[in-house]
Amino acid sequence: MNKSENTQRRKTLSGLPVEPLYIPADQSGSYEEKLGMPGEYPFTRGVYSTMYLERPWTMRQYSGFGTAEDTNARYKRLLAEGQTGLSVAFDLPTQIGLDSDAEEAEIEAGRVGVAVDSLADFEVLFDGIPLDAISTSFTINATAPVILAMYMLVAEKQGVPLKKISGTTQNDILKEFVARGTWIFPVEPSLRLVTDSVTFSAEHLPRFNPISIAGAHFRDAGGTAMQEAAFTLSDGIVYVERALQRGMLVDQFAPRLSFYFYTYTDIFEEVAKYRAMRRLWARIMKERFGAQDPRSQMFRFGVVCGGKSLTRQQPLNNVIRVAYEALAAVLGGVQSMFTAAYDEAYALPTEESAILALRTQQVLADETGVANTIDPLAGSYYVEALTDKMEAAIVATMDEVDRLGGMVRCVENGTIQRMIADEAYRSERAISSGEQAVVGVNRYQSQEAGQLHLHAYDASILERQRERLSEVRRRRDNRAVQQYLSDLRAACRDPQKPLMPYIVDAVRAYATIGEITDTMREVFGVFQEPVGI
Amino acid sequence: MAYRVLVAKPGLDGHDRGAKVIARTLRDAGFEVIYTGLRRSVESIIAAAIQEDVQLIGLSLLSGAHIPLTQKLMAKLHEAGVTIPVVVGGTIPEQDVPVLHQLGVQKVFLPSTPLEEIVRDVTTIVEQSQQEEVVVQS
Repeated sequence: MNKSENTQRRKTLSGLPVEPLYIPADQSGSYEEKLGMPGEYPFTRGVYSTMYLERPWTMRQYSGFGTAEDTNARYKRLLAEGQTGLSVAFDLPTQIGLDSDAEEAEIEAGRVGVAVDSLADFEVLFDGIPLDAISTSFTINATAPVILAMYMLVAEKQGVPLKKISGTTQNDILKEFVARGTWIFPVEPSLRLVTDSVTFSAEHLPRFNPISIAGAHFRDAGGTAMQEAAFTLSDGIVYVERALQRGMLVDQFAPRLSFYFYTYTDIFEEVAKYRAMRRLWARIMKERFGAQDPRSQMFRFGVVCGGKSLTRQQPLNNVIRVAYEALAAVLGGVQSMFTAAYDEAYALPTEESAILALRTQQVLADETGVANTIDPLAGSYYVEALTDKMEAAIVATMDEVDRLGGMVRCVENGTIQRMIADEAYRSERAISSGEQAVVGVNRYQSQEAGQLHLHAYDASILERQRERLSEVRRRRDNRAVQQYLSDLRAACRDPQKPLMPYIVDAVRAYATIGEITDTMREVFGVFQEPVGI
Repeated sequence: MAYRVLVAKPGLDGHDRGAKVIARTLRDAGFEVIYTGLRRSVESIIAAAIQEDVQLIGLSLLSGAHIPLTQKLMAKLHEAGVTIPVVVGGTIPEQDVPVLHQLGVQKVFLPSTPLEEIVRDVTTIVEQSQQEEVVVQS
């Protein structure tokens, strides 16, 4: 790097200005007001008083492919290698409510995640995995209530009491309309389903997070760190408001709200982002919603490291990127982490690359000493100043969304989508021009073609999956299934009816995800995407 | 007159960052760009291509289903007697690039392909196919 480049780069990855030096005068406000002790309001220094001293963050590698048998074997391997939680990747048909025997599912079944049609698949997926001891995170949104019902029922079959199961359904549909795109129903009925599962969980599943409000996908679709944080907190406010409108008290459900983000390679920007969001969420919950229970004010979050920060060129460099990102997340006070494998710019990870990604976290936890003390960067002139700057930028973006009509409206009319696409384009051009450095891409390029051994899609999946599905359809009581579906249809038509109990009944009778989704779609219709570039 | 291109998302994949960046890049390079939105069937992509009278179809695929989806699109194009050139972009392993070429895809763009190269290649492909059309017509 030459000297002029060196002196020019005074911005974080997301564009916040960075001074050459920070001094005590850059800090403002009192310790108690802005930081406080870990585990105490406003939680800037961490949500727990002991943080990693008691136990490290949960290592939770996003994983799933093929049939339930294939994925169950991978989970057992990851657990045997020291992974401490599960994170289920579903195939696209499952995510958008299609059975594996639907025509559109034909070429996608079991491809980017595990194929799930009915409770029978869940029985295989969690076979031999004790659900009272392991927590499971599900990246599932439009069909989250169905998956939640399946998880409950499979725990019930294992003899695990519902109050003991723990885990998370992502269930953040607002961001699906903006990024990732696994929406089904229009915005309002989609929000009704989210609220239904939040109220249902509060009543029956005290250790389960019914929703993980996710900024990760805003970020990986191109948004800045500030947009990622702002849109996520704004989404969080919508979900809280909807539950309150349902007549719940904030402290009944808010302790179970959790969050999910991408962590990229700008270490201090990421640390500042997480510290600023903790402070902001605590204030929003306390001041705006009157939450009294400290757990309602706690901003608990998981992260993924990798995504768009990974490059196809010189793929082994991705191991290094992910390691720095994991460090940033831990310095930022993360609760659970997924470190992506270096070959994910090509395909799903192989078993070998998936285990290396897990080892990245284990080295961080057991060898580096970063987890030996709580919030080690607190008091750094730079980190505290950047945290303040980040907080102000997040608030400014949230205010802009409010000015434009609020999150729901901005999602429906494509405003958020456009704001993110603007940033994606800007960042791609900055990489293209070399303004934003990416090693191996616009710096230190080399010609060697990496010979990677990649995960291959097994074409026999579809047949195996369709076989199990047709057996389920043959063996179940089809009259009972039709009755439960017709009850569900009637409940959908009555806006006062909570839908979860109807979905649980249908799932217990082995109704499929496609049948349940079709039933709801008949009443709710489908989302009309605001198409634009 | 500006050339018209269709940027399309076939299949169930909901990742549109790449499609939108390419659409904007081509638009800024002087193309008229029509973007389909997510989860379009092969049939509706072909119908849009014909209706909008585009000179190139670009498929964006990140779900790993690039071969069967492209195969289906090429077969339907052939059936319909349509000769619009097709390019494909997305997370595609190197070993699949020749397979896509065999299916009749003119060019495959990877996440590592620079934007300028995409603009250059798309321009060349469109200009060549227009010249061929002129030759056929005369």
